[in-house]
Amino acid sequence: MTRITLTVNGRKVVEDVEPRLLLTDFLRHRLGLTGTHVGCEHGVCGACTVQLDTVSVRGCCLLAVQVDGSVVETVESLAGDDGLSPLQAAFKRHHALQCGFCTPGILIAAEDLLSRCDPSHEEIVDMLSGQLCRCTGYAPIVAAIEEARDERSRQRETGQ
Amino acid sequence: MTPMSASSEPWVGRPLQRFEDDALLRGEGRFLDDLSPVAHSYHAAVVRSQLAHARIEVDASAALDAPGVIGVLVGADVMALSRPFPAGIDSGVPQYATAIDTVRYVGEPIAVVVARDRYLAEDAAELVDVDYDQLDAVLDPVAAAAHPVHERDFAYGDVATAMAQADLVLRQTFHVPRFTCTPVECYAVVADWDATAGRLTTWANFQGPFTLHGVAAAALGLKGDHLRLLTPPDSGGSFGVKSSVFAYIVLMGLASRHLGVPVTWIEDRLEHLASSAAATGRTTEVEAGFTTDGRLIALRYDAIEDVGAYVRAPEPATLYRMHGSLSGAYTVPNVAVRNRVVLTNTQPSGLNRGFGGPQLYFGLERTMAIAARRLGIDPAELARRNLIPAEAMPYRTPSGALYDSGDYAACLDHALELADYAALRTQVEMARADGRLAGIGLACIVEPSISNMGYITLAQTADERALTLPKSGNAEGASISINPLGGITVRLATTPQGQGHRTVCAQVVADTLGCTPDDITVLSEMDTASVPWTVASGSYSSRFSGVAVGAVQAAALKLRAKIDAIRAHAGDDALSLRRVAGMAHWNPEGLPAGEEPGLSAVAFWAPPTLDPPDDEDRIASSASHGFIVDICAVDVDRETGEVRVLDYITVHDAGRLLNPLLADGQVMGGFTHGLAAALYERHVYDEWGNLMTASLVDYLTPTAPDIPALTIGHLSSPSPVTALGAKGIGEGNTMSAPVCVANAVADAIARDDVELPLTPPRVWQLLNGQGAT
Repeated sequence: MTRITLTVNGRKVVEDVEPRLLLTDFLRHRLGLTGTHVGCEHGVCGACTVQLDTVSVRGCCLLAVQVDGSVVETVESLAGDDGLSPLQAAFKRHHALQCGFCTPGILIAAEDLLSRCDPSHEEIVDMLSGQLCRCTGYAPIVAAIEEARDERSRQRETGQ
Repeated sequence: MTPMSASSEPWVGRPLQRFEDDALLRGEGRFLDDLSPVAHSYHAAVVRSQLAHARIEVDASAALDAPGVIGVLVGADVMALSRPFPAGIDSGVPQYATAIDTVRYVGEPIAVVVARDRYLAEDAAELVDVDYDQLDAVLDPVAAAAHPVHERDFAYGDVATAMAQADLVLRQTFHVPRFTCTPVECYAVVADWDATAGRLTTWANFQGPFTLHGVAAAALGLKGDHLRLLTPPDSGGSFGVKSSVFAYIVLMGLASRHLGVPVTWIEDRLEHLASSAAATGRTTEVEAGFTTDGRLIALRYDAIEDVGAYVRAPEPATLYRMHGSLSGAYTVPNVAVRNRVVLTNTQPSGLNRGFGGPQLYFGLERTMAIAARRLGIDPAELARRNLIPAEAMPYRTPSGALYDSGDYAACLDHALELADYAALRTQVEMARADGRLAGIGLACIVEPSISNMGYITLAQTADERALTLPKSGNAEGASISINPLGGITVRLATTPQGQGHRTVCAQVVADTLGCTPDDITVLSEMDTASVPWTVASGSYSSRFSGVAVGAVQAAALKLRAKIDAIRAHAGDDALSLRRVAGMAHWNPEGLPAGEEPGLSAVAFWAPPTLDPPDDEDRIASSASHGFIVDICAVDVDRETGEVRVLDYITVHDAGRLLNPLLADGQVMGGFTHGLAAALYERHVYDEWGNLMTASLVDYLTPTAPDIPALTIGHLSSPSPVTALGAKGIGEGNTMSAPVCVANAVADAIARDDVELPLTPPRVWQLLNGQGAT
């Protein structure tokens, strides 16, 4: 067992874990944060995407011991006290989710992209090449992310 | 109606946002692996075959000594505790939940190791020693057709005479490979054997049809009520694939029974790709007779269906699901088919979005495109000359389907208009003049929905059928309870996996009860012990909008009548629902004479047109029939063989749309699966039967950059046979898009022998004068 200390969704976490425990299993089954999903466990589908410090990463390709000392954000961190985040609300408006299994990973990856730049349509589509969705056909997801991007840039321009 | 609804438009038909979404967006969905429905469950890892065909001997002693292991279930235990799965035909190769002494495909379960957690179970699974004595593997379905496990001939009209009279007879073989819809969530099962009562309770992300509940119970040797099956509120996609989880319900049920502990099994992706379910592969020789003016007068199919290593229920259903629609959207009166089912040493087949549609229409619509070229008639014009006219509706096809409504020519016109067809043709000509390879594809297909439970009995002769109970129809149940405070709860047996059934049902009930959808709680978690269901329940054959909604509405209408009676009895037409509910629960003495106390209703509903097959083997294989016209333009890279879809237009007539937002979602999703089958997806086995597409790195699924712009059009011919006039819409583009894209590529490269998927290497080989591989 190895002791790890990290911050998950703003809370300090101290746990003893086996060195081989996957980050996804740690989040889901130790901490009960089941919003992070597991779709392939080989880094392709992106359902397990979480924010690790400054980048979004595949939770299934990391061990819990590797995130010792880090800050981890999962889908459970996105909504505020007053309801869905603007990106989440845009997903709902655009019917950008059906089964919703891939959605948490896509939301995290999209938030990561939007936090770093004002992405073009092509950049959004390119980012989504790392996320597998089998229900929606992707077009509503792209539209929702674009709407959230536009909302953000409007807020920036109005000085908020 | 109450004042609330009298003042507003119906909720049905509005693009209402979904009630499902908030929890899913917040990471608060409840998928099975998010839950621990039974305390202290142990975890299973499955030992699987590494060879396609071999005799095996299993030694699990080392695994039994491994840390955390509680036990191992092997084939001998499975044979002692269970029976083979019943199937629609007897292939002579019984299938148990594991291999017994012979493995027949790579990935076949051999043993189940159960331990305190999944990590320990996988450690111990490595220690199970399997001694293989390798046998020859059968991998070519055409060669296997010399020894089919099922063969039937059907003829409607006089095909031989009509074929002899035809001016042009085309004959070509088409092959649709095996692919699978790969939901992002894999299978999940929790099994809890109650030794005292001899009952099994299981939770699984099963999707129906609930015929398979009976199959699982039969394999377990349990009475129906001794196999209680529950589904979680959320399921991460299925597209048909999760019907086959029933085989693992049995396997984990046996493990729980054998070892005396609850067992949880969460399938991983490698297991899913190797051993969940893939669509059948079909090789079809199509013979088609045309007159010089382009009328299709005779059609003959010779189909070889590859179902993998076993005929697993509900197979050979893929072969018969479209039987009433063998003539597609056309008036051809003479149709014949020979069906043969073969076994190969590959994973067993099962439901997969489109189920039989892609296999049928690839041959038929490729044939129409080839005929258009040979006859010198534009494909759209050739289709027009053969489409069933609107005035012929309802139309009985030669093989027995009753097409319930539609104006096919109007859909074609609308698609041509949306595509700007003449301009598209000009663009293609200009591109060709520039030396590029450009082409246009067309597909006109009938999208059946609400399968007749009797169609599978076509696998038997009329004489054989006469000896058994007739099978027909497609019924669904639903319940609505109004509690003493006026709260409304709807329970469904449709086991949705993202389609938005809860939202649509709330719309339907709101209209009937005169409240708003917000007032209604719809629970989609299934429980065979408490939710009204039928053998036909579940999500498949796009049956929700037609038949499940009918059951929900029927239950709501029962309650509406009772509510109205109570209001009339109280002398107050505007009495609130809360007051009505309070009276029904608290004051049964005050109810109208003869009214039951309480305020709940159970209803079942079935469309009226699904008879058993007749003595001439005609079958109304589905209740409602939408229509789709797809047009696409492609560009093929001469150097690499890469296909780019430039423009894709799809026009649907799915009757009345209950929620247009969700309907378009189904179209986009179905289209993406169809495009995947057209350009990317196929399971590949090597010459020894090893699965070469065993991970998502190798099994190529499309992502966002691969999806072209899609233009969707809708016309509406409400169905006269469904409760609200709706028809299925979620499968159609999986049937039309593969062949529409293939027709465009064939047009672009001037080759008739295009095969799916149209990957760059294959197209490049065709461009360079080599046949398909």
